[in-house]
Amino acid sequence: MKSKGNGFRIYAILYLGFLYAPIVLLPIFAFNNSTVISFPLVGFTTQWFQALVTDTSLLLAVRHSLIVAVSVSILATTFGVFAARATTRYKFPGKGGLMGMIMLPLVLPDIIIAVALLGAITNILGMKLSLITVIFGHTLIATPFTIAILNSAFQSLDRSLEEAAYDLGETKISTFRLIILPLVMPGIISAMLIAFTISLDEYIIAAFLSGTEATLPVYIFSQFRFPQRVPVIMALGTILVCLSIVLLTVAEYFRRRGIAKAGGKSSGGFL
Amino acid sequence: MTKRKFLGSEAANGLLMLSPTAIYSIVVMAAPLIAVLLFSFMTPGYLKVIWTPTLDNYAKVLSDPIYQVLLGRSLVMAATVTAVTVLTAFPIAYFISFIVSPEKKSLWLFLITIPFWTSYLIRVFLWKVILGYNGVINEAFMGLGIIHQPMTFLLYNMNSVVLTLAHSYAPFAILPIFVALEKIDRSLLEAGQDLGESRIMTFIRVTLPLAMSGVVASVLIVFIPTVGDYVTPTLVGGSSGQMIANVIQLQYFKLGNYPVGSAVSIAAMGVVTVISVIFVFANRRFMRGPQ
Amino acid sequence: MTSSPAAAAPTPKAKRPLIELRDIEKYYGDYYALRKITTDIREGEFFSLLGPSGCGKTTLLRCIAGFEELSGGNLLIDGKDMEGVSANHRPTNMVFQSYAIFPHLTVEENVGFGLRREKATKEDKARRVAEALEMVGLKGYGKRAAHALSGGQRQRVALARALILKPKVLLLDEPLSALDKKMREQMQSELRKLQRQVGITFILVTHDQEEALIMSDRIAVMFDGVIAQLDSPERLYRRPVSRKVAEFIGIMNFLPATVTGTEGGQIQLEVAGLGAIAIDAEQCPGAVKTGEASVGFRPETMTVLFEGDPEPTRGKIAGGEVEEVVYFGDMSYYDVKLDGVEKPVQISMRNVVGRPVLGRGARIRIAWEAGALVLFC
Repeated sequence: MKSKGNGFRIYAILYLGFLYAPIVLLPIFAFNNSTVISFPLVGFTTQWFQALVTDTSLLLAVRHSLIVAVSVSILATTFGVFAARATTRYKFPGKGGLMGMIMLPLVLPDIIIAVALLGAITNILGMKLSLITVIFGHTLIATPFTIAILNSAFQSLDRSLEEAAYDLGETKISTFRLIILPLVMPGIISAMLIAFTISLDEYIIAAFLSGTEATLPVYIFSQFRFPQRVPVIMALGTILVCLSIVLLTVAEYFRRRGIAKAGGKSSGGFL
Repeated sequence: MTKRKFLGSEAANGLLMLSPTAIYSIVVMAAPLIAVLLFSFMTPGYLKVIWTPTLDNYAKVLSDPIYQVLLGRSLVMAATVTAVTVLTAFPIAYFISFIVSPEKKSLWLFLITIPFWTSYLIRVFLWKVILGYNGVINEAFMGLGIIHQPMTFLLYNMNSVVLTLAHSYAPFAILPIFVALEKIDRSLLEAGQDLGESRIMTFIRVTLPLAMSGVVASVLIVFIPTVGDYVTPTLVGGSSGQMIANVIQLQYFKLGNYPVGSAVSIAAMGVVTVISVIFVFANRRFMRGPQ
Repeated sequence: MTSSPAAAAPTPKAKRPLIELRDIEKYYGDYYALRKITTDIREGEFFSLLGPSGCGKTTLLRCIAGFEELSGGNLLIDGKDMEGVSANHRPTNMVFQSYAIFPHLTVEENVGFGLRREKATKEDKARRVAEALEMVGLKGYGKRAAHALSGGQRQRVALARALILKPKVLLLDEPLSALDKKMREQMQSELRKLQRQVGITFILVTHDQEEALIMSDRIAVMFDGVIAQLDSPERLYRRPVSRKVAEFIGIMNFLPATVTGTEGGQIQLEVAGLGAIAIDAEQCPGAVKTGEASVGFRPETMTVLFEGDPEPTRGKIAGGEVEEVVYFGDMSYYDVKLDGVEKPVQISMRNVVGRPVLGRGARIRIAWEAGALVLFC
């Protein structure tokens, strides 16, 4: 029994090594005093980080990405709340089909969503490409993730809690405010953070729909063509990875607290 | 026991509640997808569609061998990535579900999902750094004296594409299998052994069939998006990195030929859908039961 | 003194109907959960709705609470028709099966939840919360987090939270089913005491017949959306109106019988294993018909006679053979084949000193009384 477990454990640790290999290298090259990304290391420097701050097109891309990611986190979470509340609380005809459609972006290749939106926006709506069109696309792909998180938050909510509040004289709206909202709030925060992270990292849809307003991944991709810019990107990547880890840890904390708060048991991860 | 409700019809309330999300999905996804279908039957004009119906786009897609070659290559790549990803993911899912103690499961799942959420482009680029001619692996092996010439088969070919995508889709493959394994009643396995099967035979006859629903989900969730990926092949695939999605990107983005791009998209999606349906159908006996 | 029933002195607690159910119907599509229920629930009584799962008892409770809309009929509480009055405006409060303790609030905040909308000073509200907590035996628990409570404590919080609003009716939906046996027994007597103390009408939904018998003033036994019998616990046990009710409440043996005639308040019967007898008309709570029928009796109404026992002064004696014995410590249950009856009947006996537990195959004599029999036509 033990030896069998150990075999799996070694495999699992190697697998984690594989998963983390790129992330571990990132800070190493970000602080390496060389424009060539390879070993052996030359020396320690923080110049790549300093270069970040003075790069105006980078700062603009960050600004664009933040605008998009914040809007997406609010929109996708709002849509997620409606959908999660509807599926966990009500039975109605066509629920399976509608939910299937809403969750479809999980498996639909991003490029298909990107071209579909590009075609519709430019040829049918006649809209100009901008950050707004990126927000449309990102909200679409982030919503299934927020629904998955919020579903578990709403599911662990005992329906008689609402009925109890109602029975004790509250209205439906004050019941939502006093009981449901506080109990699913950790799930909402967690969903917002995940949506934010997805949007911040998405490239294909942003590349198609951002027009002239490049987001951060679009900017990063454009920089890959210039080898001398790569160390700066490593520095940027290091910051992004740290940011992602912080956001995800906070999101996971809230997700678990939400489930614990509503009296449920934690199971599974984000997806 | 009894149906519960406050007031009004439950179905109406539910539909009303779902409507904002559903309408958004219809307007922003379903309608544009239908538009793509329409475009594919229209006459191309630069950056716009001329509303004259035609079948020329499909004729072009079907007759030009480049599309078939690229679609075939994309499918082979996606199938290889899927096989590698799911096969390597299964033991991890099994490990977390069966061997890791319950209180540590969340931590393991968290550890596995973290790399997935960190900048995708930068991760792919770092694989270039790891696998390249002057990359981490070659430097390390030469430094250790194991090889004297850098290995060139590591980067800019199918191997690197498969490796990088397997890395990207790892959590997508692990989680559905994990969920399926978690649902297995542990007493079934004891029953299997109690009825005289060895550990391995119990795995083959009990665990694996019960986990297949998760495996099928993993396969689809890796295969379908991978067919449409072009960023990874472009960055690490070298000359063999041209995929069907590159053509779609080219037609739409660079050439502004929406109708042909749409026809390629529809054809590719059609093929992927057919393959997926056949795959699910072939595994249908695993899909029933209390899920 | 007069014998006129009208003059029966009204008890201080007037038995006026507090809740009037008039032809209450509830259906989902073509599934009927409640079929034309008409009955009254009196002020200050402990009323139970008892029945197997799916009989409609919870639906009826939720109709009274206002969580379900009636499909037909009228529901009056304290003389007011409740149509269009939603749950938050009814003079009823509910203790939920899961207790529905708000997990993000403290005990105090839970108990005082319903006071939010009342115009009262903070001090006044705090005092009422403290009183309510004391009433349910949770004095000093106010600051605790709700999720840190045990099952019994959650139940008490739920009670305090519902009672603090001084409802006219307290509705309890299987409130004890989540507790273990010991805790359940303790809460049964506490609930009963509490009800007497506050004098509020309690309506309890339960599937546990023992619980209903212990706690209630009156019990409505429900099957398939109708009330099969509404009676005091004792009458329900002693005089069930139908075999179905009899079988649901405790154990009852049935013997095939034939009604041969009725005469002057007496019913003549021919009972398998017991012979020809006459019983009181009162012993047939249902309708009397001549012809095929069955006679029921409880296991404890028959007595096994031992060597040297005095012959019974009243009643009669039947013979039989022990087919199976189940030993319960304080009691023994015998499956006895009465002479001339195919199906064995169950007879219980207290295991007192000098009365050995009988073995299988033993011949026994049984004393029985016609007064213990119930006739089902």
